[in-house]
This record gives sequence, C-alpha cells and structure tokens, in this order.
Amino acid sequence: MLRVLPALTVLAMLGPVAAGLMGAVLPAMGHLPAAGFQGPSIVAVERLLAWPGLSAACRLSVTTGLLATFMSLLIVTLIVAGWSGTRAFAWLERLLSPLLSVPHAAAAFGLAFLIAPSGWLARIAAPLAGWERPPDLLIVGDPWGLSMTAGLIAKEVPFLLLMTLAALPQSQAGPSMEVARSLGYGRVAGWLKAVFPRVYAQIRLPVYVVLAYSMSVVDVALILGPTTPGTLSVQIVRWMGAPDLGMRMVAAAAALLQFALVIGALAFWRLGEWAVTRLGRRWAEGGGRGAAEPVLRGAGLTLAGISAGVVLLGLVGLAMWSFAGPWRYPDLTPDALTLRSWSRHFPGLRDAARDTFVVAGVAAIIALALTVGCLEAEHRARRPPSRAATWLLYLPLLVPQTAFLPGLQSFLLSLGADVGRVPVIGAHLVFVLPYVFLSLGDPWRAWDPRYATVAAALGATPGRALLRVRLPMLLRPVLTAAAVGVAVSVGQYLPTLLIGGGRVATLTTEAVALASGGDRRAIGVFSLAQTGAALFPFALAVALPALIFRNRRGLHG
Amino acid sequence: MAEGLTLDSVAVRQGGDMLVQLDAHIAPGEVLTVMGPSGSGKSTLLAFLTGNLAPAFQATGRVVLAGRDITHLPTHERRIGILFQDDLLFPHLSVAGNLGFGMRPGGSDRRARIDAALEEVGLAGFGPRDPATLSGGQRARVALMRTLLAQPSALLLDEPFSRLDAARRATTRDMVFASARRHDLPVVMVTHDAEDAKSAGGRTITLGD
Repeated sequence: MLRVLPALTVLAMLGPVAAGLMGAVLPAMGHLPAAGFQGPSIVAVERLLAWPGLSAACRLSVTTGLLATFMSLLIVTLIVAGWSGTRAFAWLERLLSPLLSVPHAAAAFGLAFLIAPSGWLARIAAPLAGWERPPDLLIVGDPWGLSMTAGLIAKEVPFLLLMTLAALPQSQAGPSMEVARSLGYGRVAGWLKAVFPRVYAQIRLPVYVVLAYSMSVVDVALILGPTTPGTLSVQIVRWMGAPDLGMRMVAAAAALLQFALVIGALAFWRLGEWAVTRLGRRWAEGGGRGAAEPVLRGAGLTLAGISAGVVLLGLVGLAMWSFAGPWRYPDLTPDALTLRSWSRHFPGLRDAARDTFVVAGVAAIIALALTVGCLEAEHRARRPPSRAATWLLYLPLLVPQTAFLPGLQSFLLSLGADVGRVPVIGAHLVFVLPYVFLSLGDPWRAWDPRYATVAAALGATPGRALLRVRLPMLLRPVLTAAAVGVAVSVGQYLPTLLIGGGRVATLTTEAVALASGGDRRAIGVFSLAQTGAALFPFALAVALPALIFRNRRGLHG
Repeated sequence: MAEGLTLDSVAVRQGGDMLVQLDAHIAPGEVLTVMGPSGSGKSTLLAFLTGNLAPAFQATGRVVLAGRDITHLPTHERRIGILFQDDLLFPHLSVAGNLGFGMRPGGSDRRARIDAALEEVGLAGFGPRDPATLSGGQRARVALMRTLLAQPSALLLDEPFSRLDAARRATTRDMVFASARRHDLPVVMVTHDAEDAKSAGGRTITLGD
C-alpha cells in the first residue's frame, strides 16, 4: 500500500498538468469538433496572430515577469546580506512571515486601494497638492504593468525570503561570513562573495517558480494590470469564457504560446545566471572590499520595509473600507464605521466560505495523507531523498497555470466529466501537494530515526510507531503543513474558475469578480474574508499543539 | 545452545569491502563489549542486529536469539531492547506513558508494574511527570526501565553512558549491568570508553584493527 503512494503522488501532481498540455495541442491545431472544427488546420494560430494586442500582451508577460522576479530576488538578497542576524532583521522576518499566506488577490486589492488616484496615498498628498478631487492619473492598470509588478514583488519577497532563510544553515552562511569579515569584508560584499553562490544554488527552483508564476498570473493582473490590452494570460481566460466556442481554439494556441514564453524566459534567466557567475567570480577573486556598503544596506532595509508595509497597510485599507460608512475624498478616514457592508454580503460570504473550506479542507487532507505516505515510505526504505524528487515537486509549479488549465478543462469536458467541486479539488491538489510536501519534508526528515528504532525495539509495529510516536511528535509541523495547504488552496483563482465552470464560487473567485465593478466596500469584505480564511488555519496550527502538549516541555522547541 | 545470543559467522560488507566480521555466543547475563574507533563498523553491527541495515550494506550469517533465528525478522519482532547514548524518551508521553508504551497490552497489574519499576530505580511517584522535567540521570533510568518492561530477550547498548557526567556514569552503568544480569539478558555493548569495557567484565572485541 505504502509503496504505491509515491507513484500516486506524482500522478496527482503531474497528471493534470500533462493532460492539460496535451489537451491544448489538438484545439491549437484547429481540431475542436464541439465547435464544428475538424483539424488539423492553422485557423487557431491564424486567429491568434490576427489579434492586434498580441505583441503587446507577450511583451507585458515577459517584462513584468522578469522585473518582478529580479526585484524580489534583489530585495531579498540585499536584506539578508546586509541585515541577517540583526534586531532589525528579526523584526522584518516576523513581519514578513505571516504575509506569505496572504492571498495574492487580497494583497493586490490592498495595494490598489493605496495607490489609486482616490487611494490613501493620494488622500495624504491631496492637501499639499491641492487636489480637490482624485487626480486624473492612470496608476492602477498602467500600460507598462508597473503597479502589477509592484503587487507581485510585495507578495514574492516573503516567499523568497523564507526560502533563503531555510537555505542559510545548509550553506554554512555563519562560518563563511566570519571568515569573510575577518578578512576585512563588510556585511554586504562579504555575503555576496562568500555566501550568495551557495544560497542561490538552493533557491534556484523557487526563483524559477516566481518567474513562471509572475509571467502568467491572472488574478493580480485583473486587479492591477493594464486592460487595453491585458496580459496574454488574462486574454487566454477571456477567450476561454467567450460565448463563441471557436475562441477556445485560439485560447489553446495562446496557452501553448504562454508556455513557450515561460520556457524562453527561464532559458534567458539561466543565461543571466551564467553571466553573473562569470562576472561575480572575477569580482570575488579581485579582492575589492566594496565601497557602497551603507547605501546597499539602506536600500535593502527600505525596499523590504516598503514591501512589507504595502501589504500590511493594504490590509488595513481593506478592513477600513469593509467597515466604512460614508467616506468622502480627500478624507483620510470614513465619517463613520458600520457593519452594514458585512451584513449585506453575509449570505454570499457564507456560501463562498463553505465552498472555499470544503475544497481547501479536502485538498489539504489528501495532500497531507499522500505526503506523509511518501515520506514514511522513504523512511522505511532507508533511502535518502533524490534530486530528481525535488525537481518533480517543483515541476507543476513551473508550468504556467494558463498553459495547462484551459486544456485540462477541454480534456475533462471531452471525457464527459462534470464540472464542480471534485475536479476543482483535483486541480487545486496540483498546487497544494508540492507546497505541503515542501513544508513537511524538512521537519519530517530532521526527526531522529533512533526514536523509530527504540519504538520498534519496544515491540511497536511500523504503523504503531508512525501513529503513536512520529505523528504526535511532529504534530506542529504536520498541522503547519496542513495550514500551508489550506492557504494555497484558498488563494487559487484560475483552477477554481476554469475547472469549476462557474459552479464553484470561493471567496477568491468572488473577490476577483468584484475587481471590475469598483465597489470598494464589497471588495474590502471579500478580500478580508479571503485573507482570514488563509490565516486562520495557521493560528490553529500554533494553538492546538500548544494546548494539547501544554504539559510537555520537550515539544516546545 | 538454545540460551543466549548467537552471532553465527556474521559478516557485513559495503560494496566489496568487509566492514564487520563476527562469530560469537553471548550467554545470558554476559556482556560482549565491541570497541573500535568511529567508522570501524560499530554502528553498522548494531543496525544489523536491530534489523535497520541500510540497503547499501550486504549482510551474511545468522543471528539466533534464545533458540529463535531472528536474522530476517523486522525490528519489532526480534525482542531486542536497545539503549542509545541519548535516553530518547518520547517527549509527548508522561514518564508512565513511556514505560507503558513498551509493555504488552492488557493485564490488570500494568499500573502496579509501572510503579514497581519506577520504585526499583528510585523514581517512585514520577509516573505522571513530563520527561523533560527530569535530570539526565533520572531520564537514563527511565529509559532503562522502559526497555526492561518490554521484556526483551537481549540488550544492545550504543555508547549508553557517554552523555552522563562522571558521577552519574558509574552508578548508571552499575545499575544497567546489574539489571541485565538479574534479567538473564545477553548484552552487546558498543563503546569507545575503556572504563565501560572494564566494568562490564566480559569479553572485549576490537573492530577495525
């Protein structure tokens, strides 16, 4: 039983991705009998090429993706290089860690409420600038995709920071820094020259995930991105929703184009890595001590502080709007606070919360069971994890959602499978599984295997040792992994939208659907509820073990 | 030789290299001390005896315990107790819970046997305590009683005293050897401390020479 779990896990993660990519190939070649097209023909490609927004959409996808990835990596590198081990860093780390689980859509809405012409920043500036009504500036949805990039950076910085912190011990950052500093290097130059190469080798896959994600994100693009034209991924979703079924062939062709763009960008990034390696080696060997230390440290702290502050202030803004009575421009706060928005949206909120937690709960439980099964199988076979296994975990995160979800929808329809919760849970699992695995893998493997030997020597079967010793001892990381799974599922927009066929409405799909309407109170209510749904399980993951093991000091590490 | 622990032409190899080669019989109450520098195959031998050998190793020979060939049995069916240098008490269970873990289920005198075991090592009344609140020496004694209450047929010791300070070390050591004799257990002890070997009083084998 245990032996088939690894294969089942790979199937659950990669099966939908493979089916989706293949499901896009036939329609892209002009074969879609449901719409009356018999292929192969170049009709889909022709229509895609005839779309006037194509080149701009592709350019946006590439520039926003590369810029967001580069800036997130830069900020994380500067803050860790310049500040790790200081009190300011501990503060920032505590601030950024919970932000990791704030859904992208909520963070994007929060940012939009801050920087919009009628947002908080403009209201602060209004008396100085003499604006009596919101200035006529196109900030949210700017044609270069800069606000969208900013939103992505704010969300990816916590992710890359956490990955970097996890990589530090294995990179022997501490001892290397001591050597570098004793040789007269400052923090930043020493860290970049002595530690960064090893850290980067370990966070390379997460960086690739950020790139693939940023190039193809849909919810953030709908909230903060340009509209005429939108990004390629947004356009794919529009074509998928068009009443003319023939447009699905165009969407399929565009999905494959999106996939090719991501592969191209990853190759370009890899080339950049190679160039940086060569230049960096020469710089490191040259022995220069780096003169810009104070500037770089200041920049790191400022940028990371802004990135955290934007998300936090954004959430405060969302909360403020959700409770706002009348709120005139340019007042900084509403005239009165009221529960009216919450009670007005309560029925919709309740239904969406139910769908959200059913999907997230089931997906997280399945993911947890598969993960524990794989890790236990690995433990019993006494085999160390392989590099290939790590790649397999990241693979579904490297294929853009817009590349395989349209094809997966067509594939499911061609099988006659009904849309609804079950396929949505399956689609969520593709993303929930890797994150649950990545979250639980390290603490699981760090557990002292001699406990298993002791338990077995006391006569416990492997199953009893798992249930009575290992799982209780690892209760906290297990619950944290479950919370990660729930948070990942809660944040999913596109899988719910495309695979749910409109019949599954979660807090996230409801919130994003409000983006075009501009009802700020409704957006505030749904985004805040979405954030709460993602954060609440983490509170449980901390509180439950503390309560259950309140008399067991050995488990409060 | 139905009694005791017999290692019958035991050999463990890695690739083509011979790591351990051993032929021995340990009578009930007797201690076989295995010494040798780190990397000499001491822990490999213990892993083989407990049934935890990693797939990279190949073992030949037989292990016979109390007349039963246990060479291919899984760890939990071998009836071999083991004490490591760390006590490895389960941190989520109370002291009594740790002791109860290894006992056969059922029996009306469970509670009484746990209490008696604690009293035997001078820890009467410690049952409900959190193991994390005990001293190192107390924890080592709980670990010993946990192993004995599971009624093993042999005892393995993996550097069991190296974490204890000098004063506790002698008393704990005497207690372990005395218990093993009282329970008629054949003992295999792995150590690199000559003092341990001397007080064990049995044969000593040195690996890696």
